[in-house]
Amino acid sequence: MGHEPAEDSKVSSLESSGFATADRTGRNAVTEEGEKFDAIVVGAGPAGSAAAYVMAQSGMEVVLVERGDYPGAKNVWGGVLFREATASVFPEFWEDAPLERPVVDQRLWMLGEDSVVQAGFKTERFGKPPYNAFTALRGKLDSYFAKKAEDAGAYLLTETQVTELIFDRGKAVGVRTSRDDGDLYADVILMAEGVNCFAAVKSGLRADYRMENAALAVKEIISLPEQTINDRFNVPGDQGVTLLCIGEFGRGTMGSGFIYTNKDTLSVGFGAIVQHLSDTQVQPNDLLEEMKRHPAVQVLLNGGETKEYSAHLIPEMRFESLPRPYGAGYMLLGDTAGLVNFMFQEGANLAIMSGKFAGETAVEAKKRGDFSADSLSMYQRKLENSFVLKDLKSLRKMPGFFRSHRQFFGTYPRMLNRIAQEALTVDDQPKMSKGRDLLRVAREERGLSGLARDVLDGLRSLR
Amino acid sequence: MSDNPMPAKLEDKLFLLKITRDDHSHIEILSNDVCLRCEEKWCTKTCPAEVYHWEGDHIVVSYENCIECGACRMICPYNNISCVMPRGGFGVQYKFG
Repeated sequence: MGHEPAEDSKVSSLESSGFATADRTGRNAVTEEGEKFDAIVVGAGPAGSAAAYVMAQSGMEVVLVERGDYPGAKNVWGGVLFREATASVFPEFWEDAPLERPVVDQRLWMLGEDSVVQAGFKTERFGKPPYNAFTALRGKLDSYFAKKAEDAGAYLLTETQVTELIFDRGKAVGVRTSRDDGDLYADVILMAEGVNCFAAVKSGLRADYRMENAALAVKEIISLPEQTINDRFNVPGDQGVTLLCIGEFGRGTMGSGFIYTNKDTLSVGFGAIVQHLSDTQVQPNDLLEEMKRHPAVQVLLNGGETKEYSAHLIPEMRFESLPRPYGAGYMLLGDTAGLVNFMFQEGANLAIMSGKFAGETAVEAKKRGDFSADSLSMYQRKLENSFVLKDLKSLRKMPGFFRSHRQFFGTYPRMLNRIAQEALTVDDQPKMSKGRDLLRVAREERGLSGLARDVLDGLRSLR
Repeated sequence: MSDNPMPAKLEDKLFLLKITRDDHSHIEILSNDVCLRCEEKWCTKTCPAEVYHWEGDHIVVSYENCIECGACRMICPYNNISCVMPRGGFGVQYKFG
């Protein structure tokens, strides 16, 4: 570990040792002992690539380790990238990033058996620079972010799985990889493994996710001609729509479906808390299919062709049980740190901010030559001073509220549909007696005291 | 394989994916005795790729169908499933994600 070769020689020794050129078995991979970088980033998703980019730009020697054949090969999301956080690391990324459509129309659909009550917000402002959010697909997007990091000088190592961290006297000093003799060393290790944070868990950096603090989502990519999507969603080709669906098709789980418009595909998915799915003994694909069969959804998908099916876990941790995101020689980023605001369906923006803060912290730590836990605690403070932990803290009671009030995902959508159906049916019934019928529906579905309690509990959860 | 361009059945959906099969499983059932005593066989019900099947007296793990969501390790209430991610170069490769 004593020698300090220039970056080029490190990279070339990685390559000559077979790290970059090994066949897929990795059997030829040999690393010279003593290979040491300034930083190792584990996982080339939005968090990892943002961190690698920030560090490499400051002149640090960074290796970005990715399990997939290319960045994005293993990664799945619903599909929305928020502009502000992303641009804070990659300014004006929308000029050249592989995005699908800027989101101008956000709709909430409460599905009844064969009807839908709709809410939404649409503005042309979100369709112009600097935009608010974009739909995008990870296969292309993650490669774009990783390329930015590479262009800034980071070394990307694909097809390489990190299995655990290497410690020396209590400080993280390197990582063990799935390749033979594949140990890598660095002053600081940034763990951006995603929700399946096996190396972080194995190395005792955090407790694993459990069925009550993770959601399982499945998604399909369904292709349709661009013009068909424009017509069905009532937008021009350079504008997009997100549609969130709740209703009885979710069978009482705390779960929701979504349909996002990409350029010439739709991202159609459903996700629910793993525990709820398991308790209900259902397969998320069955609930997705149930949503797809709903008449209001079906007309949007008709004639489409399924291109891909995927499944992914989403962190839904309680604020109080978030892991400490740093320690001696390491930091936890993005999903590995539990940084998801699932009430607002935000994840990648928190991940990118965590990558930025962790990268900045590592740069400062290098200046001080101090990678102790104390030194890296700056990362925690940066998270606390930003919307990332401010939002998760201020909203900390909401997840528990919805978990214990699952009627919001099934009973209420059904009740609203029944009420709308009765109220909007024009017949010979006098309006006054119709009013009584609406009250009767509310009584049947939830009971008036139940309704009042839900409102009060909901308000309390915001305090 | 279904001719339906938008199949509902899981096996048809899985057929669309590129999955590079490793010669050994990244998923392991730790003790068959635990499965024999488990009445519900939770893993066979919620896995979104139907990797787990009960065949008479044991769970068959079709690890080559795994799409790496990681949910199985949470679903088994007895912590009887040891699941890691496939080695670099193996497993599912998403094009869209």
